[in-house]
Amino acid sequence: MEKSRLALPEKPFRIHGGANTPHRKNTRHSQSVVMPCPEQVVLPMSQHIGAPCKPCVKKGFTVAVGDVIGESTGHICAPIHASISGKVSKITQVRLPNGHLYDAVVIESDGEMRMSKSIKPPVINSDTDLIKAVHDSGLVGLGGAGFPSHVKIDIHQENHCDTLIVNCSECEPYITADNREAVENTEDVLYGIITLLRYLHVERAIIGVEDNKPDAIRSLKAAINNCKEKEAKNICVLKLRSRYPQGAEKVLIKACTGRTVPPHKLPVDVGCIVMNITSVGFLGSYIKTGVPLISKRVTVDGSAVNEAKNVIVPIGTSVRDIIDFCGGYKETCGKLIIGGPMTGVSVPDDSCPILKQNNAVLALNKKDSLLPPATDCIRCGRCIKSCPMKLAPVNIETAVKMKDIDALNKNGVTLCMECGSCAYNCPAHRGLVQIIRMGKAMVHNAAKE
Amino acid sequence: MEEILNISVSPHIKTKTSTTRIMLDVIVALVPAMTAAIILFGIRAFIIIADTVFAAVLSEYLCRRVMKRDNTIHDLSAVVTGILLALNLPVGISPAIAAFGAVIAIAVVKQMFGGIGNNFVNPALAARIILMSSFPKPMTTWAVPFYYKRGEVDAVTAATPFVIHNSGGDVPLKDLFLGTTGGCMGETCALALIIGFIYLLIRRIISPVIPLTYIGTAALMAFFWHENILFHILSGGLLISAIFMASDYTTTPINTKGKFIFGIGCGILTFLIRYYGNLPEGVSFSVLIMNILVPLIERATAPRFDKKENSNA
Repeated sequence: MEKSRLALPEKPFRIHGGANTPHRKNTRHSQSVVMPCPEQVVLPMSQHIGAPCKPCVKKGFTVAVGDVIGESTGHICAPIHASISGKVSKITQVRLPNGHLYDAVVIESDGEMRMSKSIKPPVINSDTDLIKAVHDSGLVGLGGAGFPSHVKIDIHQENHCDTLIVNCSECEPYITADNREAVENTEDVLYGIITLLRYLHVERAIIGVEDNKPDAIRSLKAAINNCKEKEAKNICVLKLRSRYPQGAEKVLIKACTGRTVPPHKLPVDVGCIVMNITSVGFLGSYIKTGVPLISKRVTVDGSAVNEAKNVIVPIGTSVRDIIDFCGGYKETCGKLIIGGPMTGVSVPDDSCPILKQNNAVLALNKKDSLLPPATDCIRCGRCIKSCPMKLAPVNIETAVKMKDIDALNKNGVTLCMECGSCAYNCPAHRGLVQIIRMGKAMVHNAAKE
Repeated sequence: MEEILNISVSPHIKTKTSTTRIMLDVIVALVPAMTAAIILFGIRAFIIIADTVFAAVLSEYLCRRVMKRDNTIHDLSAVVTGILLALNLPVGISPAIAAFGAVIAIAVVKQMFGGIGNNFVNPALAARIILMSSFPKPMTTWAVPFYYKRGEVDAVTAATPFVIHNSGGDVPLKDLFLGTTGGCMGETCALALIIGFIYLLIRRIISPVIPLTYIGTAALMAFFWHENILFHILSGGLLISAIFMASDYTTTPINTKGKFIFGIGCGILTFLIRYYGNLPEGVSFSVLIMNILVPLIERATAPRFDKKENSNA
């Protein structure tokens, strides 16, 4: 007996708060360019949330593209592959933008980009095969969070998961990497979605795309219409209003399904899996070719860079090499941001490597790199109105100042996803995200004691 | 890369809005009321406004200097306080008294409690009440509109609509709407205030919740007490207080739920003071009393996110 299926949404549901950020999608029509192999890559052993990998190569080893160089050490961990062929010149330690030191494998290129012999398409007949394949591919959430995907899709039968949400909202200003993925890699995206629907027994897939990406919506819709697989009729493209942070997991679930993820719960608790479109597209191509996650499309933009464009770079390429490939700096760089301007991390110099989950490099000139100084809070309440989680950043700030752990918990400081909407909208230009992070650290430390 | 790059916590872009821009918008919203005051009460209205603004900005500057804090006069909040205070004074007031009020508003009510964002009552309203109790006579001597046109040098005493109303008289609603009655400089012309209100709403500077619940509650009370509803809305300081004082960010609740309570409370108190009280005007006191209650309202209405955790523990 066919059980009644969930309907596909026609219109997005209302979301709360957010910020009216500028779009600045300058690279929207820039066809991705594959960057030539750099002289060396630095592959840190932590390119995901969870336990860092253990290097399984030694100095002097010769590696080919796709060879595993970092083995996973736990369940929440994804292996790391060589992104270029050549010789391991050293195993060193690098400091990542999050401030921690990690082991890193440095590979000097032999310029050949020789593919590993171990590369072969995975055989998938069941959900266990799929989860194993996803693990081996090294896939992590490519939208920015970097959560290992095999953990995400390892849903237990008892939580009935009925909806796969493919995140193509890309609400951050400047970034167009997901937009280009939807346009350039449409077939693989669709293949990835169909595979996930088939083996995870998920009823429907909703691709959420903000309305400032009409070309992505067109390509995806056309591909779904032309697809002959039976799953295609359970896939839809949902046009979302362009508003930051539409692409945040919980916000997107609300917009696509109308469901609210309760505080301290996960998307799977409301029957949803959210995956970034680039992750899904990669999955589609991995199943076809067996080439693990070795390269990444990044948007290079900002007022200090010469040619803004989308570049496909080997993972581990330094920001300096990427900027040089884009014509170098136009003017003195004041700030380098890995990621978008709303949630990206600013780095102290351009030597840091691109990781799996990075999707943009922004070089801002001196003028854009300076933010207006913070003035006193005028209690206007704009931070409360902009919070998608309905928190009250102004009250959190008071609690942080008073070091009041109780008040921090009452105000739900740990629920903050640091989207930055409050800090963006604050007319007193207060650094609310920084303050909230301090509050989270206080709660964390208090819980330890 | 020779130079060290700037590092900061995200977000790396910020809105163009600033405190100064918000205050500028409030000043723009007050332009119709100021214009109406000058038309109705002559050049002297302009002098009083300039006087209080000057005194407010100067005392803000000096306070910050004395307290060795950053100078904040560029955020224009002292200008707004000065204008609002002037609009809440009768035109015949001596400039010295008006300036004294501005000093009280800025130095005592605002800066002594920490400056912008930290004062617990509305500076302009508190100053008005202090002036009212210190100088009851000049503070309740109202000028007849257009007195200056008749060549009179001093403002002639006029009765406010409330005095007329309480002694059984009637004031045409048209006079109340256009402001051609006795009263404080800025409160008489309902039309100008409503234009300012609409501007503030369009620019999204204030939320309509407090002004509307405040006016609505007062109107509802008037209805149940068999009073003239429109008279109660248009006369006295209700509109100027509801639009410009009760919607002040700092001294009102920050949550929408709290805003409802605040507006309703203001409406009830205003009507009760007007109907049963012996004061010339209940608006200032009711907003001030509700200002003082704000911390309690905030505590009662703040959203809580820890209930689940407690029940699990």
